[in-house]
Amino acid sequence: MKLSQYLLALVCPIIILSSCKKSTDEVTPDAKSTFSIEFENQVNGSPLVLNTTTYKNAKGEDFKINIFKYYVSNIKLSKADGSSYLLPESYFLIDASKPESTNITLKDVPVGDYTKIEYTIGVDYARNFAGAQTGALDPINGMFWTWNSGYIFVKLEGTSPQSTDKGNALTFHIGGVTDPNNTIRTFATEINAANPLRVRTDGKPNMHFIVNAAALFTGKTDVSFATLNFTMGGANSVIVANNYASGLFRLDHIHN
Amino acid sequence: MYACSKNEEEITPEEKKITFSIPANFPTPAYNFEDNKLTNAGFALGKKLFYEARLSADKSVSCGSCHQQFAAFTQLDHKVSHGVNNCQGKRNTPPLFNLAWQKAFFWDGGVKNIETSPLNAITDACEMGTDIQTIVAFLKNTAPYPDLFKQAFGSTEINSQLILKSITQFTAVLVSGNSKYDKVMRKEGGISFNATEQAGYSLFKEKCTSCHAEPFFTDFSYRSNGLDLVSTDEGRSHITGQAADFGKFRVPTLRNIEYTSPYMHDGRFYSVDEVLEHYNSGVKASANLDVQLKSGISLSSTEKEQIKAFLKTLTDNEFIKNTLYSES
Ligand code: HEC
Ligand code: HEC
Repeated sequence: MKLSQYLLALVCPIIILSSCKKSTDEVTPDAKSTFSIEFENQVNGSPLVLNTTTYKNAKGEDFKINIFKYYVSNIKLSKADGSSYLLPESYFLIDASKPESTNITLKDVPVGDYTKIEYTIGVDYARNFAGAQTGALDPINGMFWTWNSGYIFVKLEGTSPQSTDKGNALTFHIGGVTDPNNTIRTFATEINAANPLRVRTDGKPNMHFIVNAAALFTGKTDVSFATLNFTMGGANSVIVANNYASGLFRLDHIHN
Repeated sequence: MYACSKNEEEITPEEKKITFSIPANFPTPAYNFEDNKLTNAGFALGKKLFYEARLSADKSVSCGSCHQQFAAFTQLDHKVSHGVNNCQGKRNTPPLFNLAWQKAFFWDGGVKNIETSPLNAITDACEMGTDIQTIVAFLKNTAPYPDLFKQAFGSTEINSQLILKSITQFTAVLVSGNSKYDKVMRKEGGISFNATEQAGYSLFKEKCTSCHAEPFFTDFSYRSNGLDLVSTDEGRSHITGQAADFGKFRVPTLRNIEYTSPYMHDGRFYSVDEVLEHYNSGVKASANLDVQLKSGISLSSTEKEQIKAFLKTLTDNEFIKNTLYSES
């Protein structure tokens, strides 16, 4: 008798739960699917063209870009009810010279309606000091400092007539994870609840971000290439990171 | 059939299993091979890569050229490292042993993981002068490397991660903990210090262990011992950006000091006598000089001899001569 009572107690909630699921026509809660993010690199509204096109910074100084690469990592999606999902092992290197790298695919994401996305611009503290890595974090990608362990989070190289450095070079290697020169920044954006990111087994949405490379040089502090044209970590890198923290990415639209 | 294979097993001599052994007088290591399983094949590959000169730009320099076993894996007689195209680096090559207990690497502590510590040597224009792409391509196209990677990691895939992990299976296994000092500490086989060594040990504990702490003979901190009024090498501040770290370097280990000459971050001293005379009379009032050295460390000539005798007990000949670590 006792046993069957226990059994009933165990079985009951299962019945209730499963009937619940049916009524709301939601897919099984552990179903997973895929979505993608496209990062469209621009400079102040114009497409980013490496090596040839001349752009202007906020101070009106001309510049060209030869290299533009950045890390996006630890992507986290949240629902309207406040629950969230951190994509494990989500490390991506976007390289303006490699078109295939600007469209990333995120697999095994629990289906659902997401109303917020956040991610690290760069690489979290622990991975900077971890052992040999592979994939996006492979030092072969030229984004790892060998003399001062840690990743270059955002790398922009180019030229500007205003630069006083050799060959009028611009060298912005932004990284460093220890105070006072910590450059890890998190970007977060709300997604219009009317058109959330709908991850479905039969729907693989695409998020489209505009990435403005000129955001490195404006925002909190307008940068003049006459005075700041070279940084590899340190206080000047913090100035640049504080600029791009909010200005680098903008969610343009979602194709559901 | 069964009997047959059993027989074979008995005939093939058991290959000595490579182990990472922790001396009884050492604490728990920082690196524990958790994410890099130590195997004979992994160690053998790491050792082969360590001694492979064809990895460098002009095919003349291997890790072993600067890190020589007979010098406890530092570069004998070189003030500063000597790499490809006869290029001189800016710092003295540190010895390589007991690295599994280190949490930071290089004189300024810039590198934070033993696995990534070879990268700078590989890419530095003055050391091996090459890049990882070139090395990966070379190894993919050069027998017997694809087979060796397969034996070590179960796949012929060759990438920087596997290269670095296998080199670490070699470098992290380098443990030096069988000096006379260690045996005395572990009370092994009735070995004890002679009177001079014992006097030197007492002096050492009084004057040196605050920085050169046992059992590694370093507390792994960054300090200035007053070599220059103004250091030409920034040292630790290059990494931290803090003025208070200018001219500070990691306190070096004194194990195997008999074999690791020249001394200091720039290799300025060729003998332990010069080092002791520095502490006795040469300490300069650098801006960040360690407070303990404000008036130097006065040492009589007898005391110097006693300290030197003690320092010699830190020599580990079993380590220096272990053929397991030699270029075959
Ligand atoms: C041209 C000489 C040279 C070559 C070749 C070289 N090294 Fe070094 N190594 C050095 C010097 C010099 C340092 C110290 C650098 C510093 O402090 O700035 C060092 C530091 C190290 C350290 C850190 C030791 C410590 O206690 O902090 C490790 C580990 C190391 N090297 C391993 C390797 C490996 C593995 C290779 C081969 C891939 C290699 N080295 C090739 C000169 C060399
Ligand atoms: C205040 C800390 C401090 C004290 C006390 C101290 N040292 Fe040092 N020692 C250092 C530092 C730091 C270095 C490396 C300096 C550099 O290269 O710039 C060093 C380097 C050395 C070296 C060179 C090792 C090598 O491989 O290059 C020897 C030998 C040495 N010390 C012996 C001694 C002895 C013996 C004593 C005691 C009489 C002593 N030290 C006391 C901090 C200290």
